[in-house]
Amino acid sequence: MLSTKQDASLSQDTISIGGHGQTKEIIGRFLRNRAAVFGMVVVLFLLFCAIFPQALTQYDPIEQNLRDRFAAPSAEHFFGTDEYGRDIFSRVIYGCRTSMEIGLISVAISCIIGVVIGAIAGFYGGITDNLFMRFIDVLMAIPNTLLGISIVAALGNSIPNLIIALSIGSIAGYARVVRVSVLSTKGTEYVEAAYATGASDFRIIFKYILPNCLAPIIVQATMSVATTIMAATGLSFLGLGVPAPTPEWGAMASSSRAYIRDYWWLVTFPGLAIMTTAFSFNLFGDGLRDALDPKLKS
Amino acid sequence: MLRYIFKRILMMIPVMIGVTLITFSMMYFSPGEPADYILGELATEEDKALFNEQNGLDKPFLVRFVNYVVDAVQGDFGISYSTRQPVIKEILSCFPTTMKLSLYAELFAIVLGVTLGVVSAVRQYSFIDNFTRIIAMIGVSLPSFWEGLMLIILFSVILGWLPPSGLTSWKHWILPAFTLSTWGLAACMRMTRSSMLEAIREDYVRTARAKGQTQFVVIMKHAFRNAVLPIITVAGTDFAKLLGGAAVIETVFSINGIGKLIVDGINTKNAPLVQGGILFVAVAMSLINLLIDVIYAFVDPRIRSQYSSGKRIKRKSSKKATVS
Repeated sequence: MLSTKQDASLSQDTISIGGHGQTKEIIGRFLRNRAAVFGMVVVLFLLFCAIFPQALTQYDPIEQNLRDRFAAPSAEHFFGTDEYGRDIFSRVIYGCRTSMEIGLISVAISCIIGVVIGAIAGFYGGITDNLFMRFIDVLMAIPNTLLGISIVAALGNSIPNLIIALSIGSIAGYARVVRVSVLSTKGTEYVEAAYATGASDFRIIFKYILPNCLAPIIVQATMSVATTIMAATGLSFLGLGVPAPTPEWGAMASSSRAYIRDYWWLVTFPGLAIMTTAFSFNLFGDGLRDALDPKLKS
Repeated sequence: MLRYIFKRILMMIPVMIGVTLITFSMMYFSPGEPADYILGELATEEDKALFNEQNGLDKPFLVRFVNYVVDAVQGDFGISYSTRQPVIKEILSCFPTTMKLSLYAELFAIVLGVTLGVVSAVRQYSFIDNFTRIIAMIGVSLPSFWEGLMLIILFSVILGWLPPSGLTSWKHWILPAFTLSTWGLAACMRMTRSSMLEAIREDYVRTARAKGQTQFVVIMKHAFRNAVLPIITVAGTDFAKLLGGAAVIETVFSINGIGKLIVDGINTKNAPLVQGGILFVAVAMSLINLLIDVIYAFVDPRIRSQYSSGKRIKRKSSKKATVS
């Protein structure tokens, strides 16, 4: 989803600059990076799991089957069953939907708010900048985990509240990244030219400045899907966030803590799912960064 | 230098008021009345009204907020609902544990992360470089609570080498500190690697090699010393993150630190404890960030000269600062 958006706007960008083949070059650089392509393939597969979970598993993720409690992994139950006899494989697959939903929506929300704040602060400067950035300082002064915990606690346990909590926590990162790139783009000739043609502030910010700050935003967004999903599972693990019996990886690991002595599969597979998701988003994001901005390559 | 520190501390004040406002309003608007939790179900309406009056809970939002800030400045965060002890006392009894845990984790992350990062950069694209890069990538993708549980399964349940919870001997610190350090270790390693790769390609490193210096001296004295600044930044921001991340680790390993105190406080609707705890962590975090900036200045002579006394140096360096 992110990549198509990025491609579209980047190609627009190239047309307006008058160069050619920049998009092609970026895609080419990306495809040469095997790790990044691997990450993208896994991300696409996870999206497929999130959209069509029923295609991969025959079991209901919530249906209890007390006769089949704590069944070890087998051909019938790939990942075994949990303390209520629910099939863990199907809970992991359906959990993908929960995590993707939380991760993608809250990244979208925080990205939009953060970009707007950062763009306004960087573009107008002065008092506006000062006010917005002090607000960002306040957000940065509270550790994200604690901020998330207390927001969910205040609003109550539900997926929308979890999404709000996680979005607020990561606004600051975008605002800072965007502000810095707006500051460096503001003085360029084409922005001056846009002024000269009488373009409005709104038009200058969204049409001329932001498209040129797109690379760091895309990279930050991709990477923060990984951190957001990890943070969400962390909050669920603490019992804040996704209410039972919705299949969610963090909550699954949390409820099986009592049984780790005897039944290792209860906690192992949800965690592996989180790790795989975060890992592939990180690989994907790393690859995007290298492809979009070879100078940043580490 | 002192003036700079003083200025930074002054700048902390509005941020801390903002933090207080956020946590205070979150607890204010969260469902449930404190009186219900403290007096129990048997309390009558009159009891509750009396309790609210005695604790100033019947006042409007702004009055309560101002009262809270005035008290907090004097170190009074109110009384914990569950233990009836002053909140500050509970926080101070838990904070050293969290601080110690974070320090161990950070130390481990820096020592191992920097070593691996330097080796990785010096032997770029070798087997060890690829291996550490993959490990670092996995490290940032590991959910800490799950890593902790897996380590408990391996080292406590299967091997029986290390205790799974509590904090009574040095052995108890190993698993939680290691789990907490993973993220920082990976971040530190990646930053060291990229920063070293940049430094190794500089002219002064080539000069050092040309004059016949040994590889070790070239790397440690010429390249590493120039690569250390970004590493300090990463290590510093990471340390501040550890204080928050400790909440999850402390819950996994049943350690009575400030993170677990706050999480428990939220589960029991202990508003003063939660407010006080978060504010305390925020202050600690800001002070750590300040400390890192000061260390930064001491390590980098270019920055140090900006703050040293003497007008001439100051004017020169301020010009430099505006240029950069």
